[in-house]
Formats: sequence, structure tokens, C-alpha cells
Amino acid sequence: MNRMYEDYYRMDRMPTIWCPGCGNGIVLNGFIEAFKNSGLDRKNTVIVSGIGCSSRSALYLDFDTIHTTHGRAISFATGIKQSRPELNVVVLTGDGDCSAIGGNHLIHAARRNIDLTVVCYNNSTYGMTNGQYSPTTPTGSITATSMYGFMESPFDLCKLVEAAGATYVARTTTFHAKMIPMMIKNALLKKGFSFVDCIAQCPTYFGRKNKMSTPADMMKWIRDSSVNKKTAETMSESELAGKFVIGEFVNKEKPELTAEYTKLVERLKLKEKEGAAYAKV
Amino acid sequence: MKMVKNKFMQGNAACVEGAISAGLKFYAGYPITPSTEIAELCAEKLPKIGGRFIQMEDEIASMGAVIGASFAGVMSMTATSGPGFSLKQENLGYASFVEAPCVVVNVMRSGPSTGLPTSPAQSDVMQAKWGTHGDHPIIVLCPDSVKSMYELTIRAFELSEEFRVPVILAADEVIAHMREAIEIRDDLKPVQRRYTTKKPGEFKPYDDSEGLVPPMAKFGDGYRFNTTGLMHDTEGFPTSDPVKSQKLQDRLRDKIEKNLEKIVSVKTYNMDDAEVAVFAYGSTARSAMAAIVEARSNGVKAGLIVPETLWPFPEKIISMYAEKVKAFVVAEMNMGQMVYEVERCMHGKAKLLTVFQANGELIKPELILNRIKEAVK
Amino acid sequence: MPKYELRLSGSGGQGLILAGIMLGEAASIYDNKEATQSQSYGPEARGGASRSEVIISDKPIDFPKVRQADFMLSMTQESYDKYISGLREEGVLLTDSFFVTKVKPRTGPVYSMDLTKIAAEKAGKKIVANVVSLGAIVALTNVVSLEAMKKAVLDRAPSGTEEMNLKALEEGYNAALELKGKILQEMKK
Repeated sequence: MNRMYEDYYRMDRMPTIWCPGCGNGIVLNGFIEAFKNSGLDRKNTVIVSGIGCSSRSALYLDFDTIHTTHGRAISFATGIKQSRPELNVVVLTGDGDCSAIGGNHLIHAARRNIDLTVVCYNNSTYGMTNGQYSPTTPTGSITATSMYGFMESPFDLCKLVEAAGATYVARTTTFHAKMIPMMIKNALLKKGFSFVDCIAQCPTYFGRKNKMSTPADMMKWIRDSSVNKKTAETMSESELAGKFVIGEFVNKEKPELTAEYTKLVERLKLKEKEGAAYAKV
Repeated sequence: MKMVKNKFMQGNAACVEGAISAGLKFYAGYPITPSTEIAELCAEKLPKIGGRFIQMEDEIASMGAVIGASFAGVMSMTATSGPGFSLKQENLGYASFVEAPCVVVNVMRSGPSTGLPTSPAQSDVMQAKWGTHGDHPIIVLCPDSVKSMYELTIRAFELSEEFRVPVILAADEVIAHMREAIEIRDDLKPVQRRYTTKKPGEFKPYDDSEGLVPPMAKFGDGYRFNTTGLMHDTEGFPTSDPVKSQKLQDRLRDKIEKNLEKIVSVKTYNMDDAEVAVFAYGSTARSAMAAIVEARSNGVKAGLIVPETLWPFPEKIISMYAEKVKAFVVAEMNMGQMVYEVERCMHGKAKLLTVFQANGELIKPELILNRIKEAVK
Repeated sequence: MPKYELRLSGSGGQGLILAGIMLGEAASIYDNKEATQSQSYGPEARGGASRSEVIISDKPIDFPKVRQADFMLSMTQESYDKYISGLREEGVLLTDSFFVTKVKPRTGPVYSMDLTKIAAEKAGKKIVANVVSLGAIVALTNVVSLEAMKKAVLDRAPSGTEEMNLKALEEGYNAALELKGKILQEMKK
């Protein structure tokens, strides 16, 4: 492990539970680098995660960390942020955690534009339970619950949270590892709901069932399936089927919930003071 | 000096007054009859006192947000009713296991399922104890008047902080919606949380070396601690070690079971010479009171036992009275739930009669009176 | 005073829930009695017949719901039809004579008053018919003092409407007192 990361890891919790060749470590290292570069204060930062392989990340990070229930990390994070707006709140989650069982929390957090940074480790499978299909599994994939081929359509999580109102939305992959810290840093510094979708490999379950049994095979697949946002603009819908469009999709300013609520509290305080002054007269 | 102001208000309003007196600063909830007034009043009052309110996208999220706020060091509460209480169960179990102090109000309405949304019931009293999976500590309080809704809400916050446990206020629609005059005290000090005095690095969030309830740290104080709903060791990290696992289970049980005297509270009326003891709680206790008064005027020595604490169940006092009385009459607005506990604690020492009703109506006093009369025949 | 049970009924929008609350406040806060108030909820509360129930007593109130009302106010025919069976046979009935036209003969006294008209013509607005009723209730039942009722009404009156509300209360009180004298006289005969 690169020593530059060590300070941010709970080294006594190593090794991780992740399989050799798993993409989660790349995303987690990317988060640490982003955090380091963001200039944010670790003391004021809380890491929240749900349930799944990626959600174990919280346990390995030397921060205030809370490993919550399946799908609900964003709701816990909302409670932390709305009750203590001065805290930086980061959610580390997986595709099943945040877009299946926790899909409702994801879209509503984006809609209310609460200042959370959500990093999705998107390996399009439920690795913890041995590789069933998830809402982001590509159509046609073989998984433990789609042995005849996955017949549904996957979510484009970036489009989903963009439509819901997120103020920062980006996607990259573990193959494009250098982009991860850049995007997560932007997300951390954005005052508003930010979402970074990190396409990651699960060679153990997803790869093995889909003729990509080595981590390298999976990385090649991710590389070959990735399309830059600019290029994607010139491609048709059928050409884009099964591709991961990567890039920054949204980066905008919008009033943020907890800051607006603080203004309300100040306004009511002022009103009370004026009321008291008026009563004295 | 005790400052009081007399106010005529609904049980739900009294709950909010009590919560704010106790130090409530964060409310997350989802609208559901008949608890909604609690959310509405919190939305109005909390920002005025520097607190914060949020209406979440669902019941599950509300419970999650409340636990998040609790670890952030902010006194938090949610309120719901039957269907919402069912949805909250998983996170409620999480709160119990990670020992997050918080208060959950369940204004019980007639069920199962959507049931009779605007009508009272007491059908969630077993769910309140056993609703979430796994063994877990929990405290359940039950108000029988607007005044007690105010007082027990404050008590709920005190107990939740003292024992690091979610406390459920199991109110019912009658108590929540009726208005009575109560005295609101404005000299109450907010409930204090016990924080660790240890330095970061020395602190363990589930330290069992200094008593059954470990002091807490809050997010943002530099402790960099972890908490998880997985079986955990004293440092808050996952473990599958059977010895550590059992030790945690034992401590979670013991922190309640070894503090029953501090937790359990029961009101009794006319029990000194009673031949028949009526056991009733919540608004049913009001019917029972009318019944025992009527029974006494008919020459039957009836008394009333009203548990303010449904869980832990007041075993001792029930066993004690079972030795003294001829019969127990258990009345509840359900098809028979707490009666199993009463029966267990009676050890067969007295006759047991029951009044169960789950039709959306408050049990009428004469139904209880008839059983009292039957009991002494 | 022993336990006294009142049921105020009418349709949503007639201000009867609020009237019940003010009556409870007059009793419990200003007359130092015990009082409970409850009301209809749910679909029933939106249009159709709605009700507000108040129990007043010198002693703590055990069963908090009205069993056999000692007094009933009906502001609509529908609410009269729906709830009249819950009024004791000797209980006191007050109706708005404009809206309630069919009243069955009964043992207890029936006070039929043009409550809404009094509100509109004497106090200035139809909307205070509920307060006119409260004045009438005080006169007919003595369940709270007029002083307490005045204070409770003033606590709830939106600023600028205090005078209108007090006027409504007094007009209701006086008209009911007059009618009560007449009816009791008739009943003696």
C-alpha cells in the first residue's frame, strides 16, 4: 500500500475482506487522495456506509465512521448533516445499496439538495451475497439470479440523480483511476448533493460468470466499454447500449438544504428579537 | 421556583412540549395518522429554538435520520403509527444494537395493515418489544392522559440517554388526540448525555469495563470511532468471536434487567384491600378507572394497576399482587397481548379474566365492570 | 358539579371543534375544573356531520368519551339526525332553528335558536355563530361561568375580532337566557 494513504486507513483493520483483484480498493484509495487534496478537516468529517462489499470501506477509514443498515446510509447521513450542518458527510455505497433497496433515499437526497457526497462503487452485482443481478447489471449478463441472461434494463445512475436535482454528477471507472480523486474532490467541495458513479470490477462473481475470470479481463472490458462524454454525444442510443459514459455531467450551484434551514433559524431568531423589542416599547 | 403555565392541549402537542423541555433538537418523520400533529408542531417549533426538522421520504429514512442525528450528539425523535412502526423496525433494531439514544413515538391505531387509521388500538405493544429481529434491549412507556404524555416523553429522553437505548412511547389515538389541561414547566433542564472523559485513542465506544452503559463520543469530536450493526467488539468493529458476541448480548440484556428499579414504573389505585385487580394501560386505564369506582360503589373491592412501563414488564409487582388478590382482570384494546405477561407473572395464584376488544373503539367501563363482578361471584 | 357531558355537532367549517376547545379551556383554565375535549377525525371531519365533545367535572375525569350526553348542540339537520340518540332523554338540546327543522318530541328541553342569524345580525358575521352558541350553552347549562367563557373566547379570538366575538357571546347568552325562562315556564305548565 502506498504510504501516503496509510495515515487515513485503520491499518489494524487490514487486510480488507475484498477479493484479490476487486475494484473497491481503487475507489477507496481514490477517495483518500481526493480527501487529502480537498483540504477538508478530517475531524469534521463523517463517513457513512450501508451494507455490501463496498460499504465495508467505512470500517477501514480512520475517520468518524458509521456502518448502517442495507440501503439506508443516505438517510442516516441526512440526519447527521441536517442536525449538524458543520460536518462534512460522505456516503460510501454500492449499486445495490444505493439504487435498489436505497433508491428512494438516493433520489430524495438529490431532490432536496442536501450537502452530501455520495460515492457509488458500481460493480453491477451483489458481491457480498455471491453475485446476483443489481439495478445496474448490463442487459444479457449472467449472474447468480439471471443464469439465462439478465432481461431487464440497467439504471443510468448519473441520469437518475441528475433528473432528481443533484448539483454535482460524474462518472468514471477503476480503469480510469486517475479521474477518481479528481471527481471525488470536486464532489467533496461542492455545497450541495454530489454523486460520483465509479464503475468497478467484481472478478469473483460478475467476471467469472461473464467470461472475464481474471481482474485484467474485467479491466479490459471496462476500458473497452467506456466512452468519453464528448464522444458519446456523437453516438446513437443503440451504439451507446452497454457502454459507460464517463465524465462530469452536472456541476452547478443551487441553494443547499441545510444552509437554507440555518437561514430560517436565523430569521426566526431575528423575528423573536424584534418581537421582544416591540413588546418592550 | 417551579414555573408552570396551564395549557389545554392534545396529547400529541403535550408530547412535543415534553420533548422540547427534555432537549429535543432534531425531528425526522413521515406523515401518518394519528401521529401527524407531532411532526407539524416540531416543524413549527424546532427552528424557533435552534433545532431542526426534516420530513423524510419514508418511515425507514426517518428512523435512519434520527439515529444519525443521535450519533452527531443531537437529541432526536420521530413519531409514527402502526404501518410506519412496522417499517421502522429494522432501523429500530439497529439503534438498539449500536446503543443510539433516541425516542420513537408510536401513536397506536387500529390494525392490522391499514386498519382503522383514525381509531385507537393497543395492538403494537408486543411489536414494540419484539418487532425487530434478534434479541435486543428496548424500553416502552405508555401514557394514559395528556399530562402523562408530557411527563413520559420527558422520561423517555431521560431513559434513552441513561441507558443508551431507543425508548418507545406507545401512546394510543385517544390519548394523542384528546385535550386536557396540563402544567407546562419552564424550569426543566435538558436531559444530558454522558460523554466519555477519555482521550481519542483511549476511547472505546462499547467499553464494558466501567459499567453496563458505556459513555459515548459524538461525531466531530476527533474520536474517529466506528459503529456498526454487525456483531461488534468493545471497539465497535465487527467480530464473530463467540465469547465477545455473547458478552455483548449479555451486557445489552443486563443494562436493562439489572436496572429495573430505575426503569420500571407502575401506578396503582385502591390496591391496598383489593380483591380484584384490573390491569390496564393507556386510554384503557381510563375505562378501568371508571369501572373500579363503579365496582367499589357496588361493594366490590376492586383496584387498578396501570403500568407506565410496558417493557421491561413490571413482573415483580404483578407477582406480588397475584398473591394478594382473588382475581386479575386484564383489559386491552387488542385481541390479547400483554395478558400473556400478566399470566406468566401471576404463577397461577389468582383467577384471570379478560376484556379484549379491537374494533376501533375505546373499551367501555361496563365491559370491565362485568368482568370484575364475575371475578367475585 | 358532577360529570357533565356536552356534544357539539354540525358540519365541518362551522367552528365547532374550536368551540369545544374554548369551552374546555374556560372550564379547565379559568374555572379550575377538570375538562377533556375530543373530536371526530378522518373523512368524517371533512364535510358531513362533525362533532366535538367536552366533558366537564369537578373531579378528575376517568372515561374520556361522551357516553350519554347531558347537552347537545346541533347546527345542522344531518348532525341532529346522526347524534340525537346519544343525548340523554332528559338532556338539553340546542339547535340552530334555521338549519334544524325536524326535531322529534322529547322529555328534555329543546331550545331552538336562530344562532347563525344572531351571529350575522347582532354580532356582524355569520362566522361567529359558534361563539353565539357558546354564550347560549353558558346560559342554558351553567357548566362554566360567563367570565371564564369570555376569557377563553378572548384568548382564541384573532386580533381585531375581539369585540365581535364578545358581542356574539353576550348576544347568545342573553337570547338563550330569555328563551330558557320562557321554555321552563311552559314546561311547568
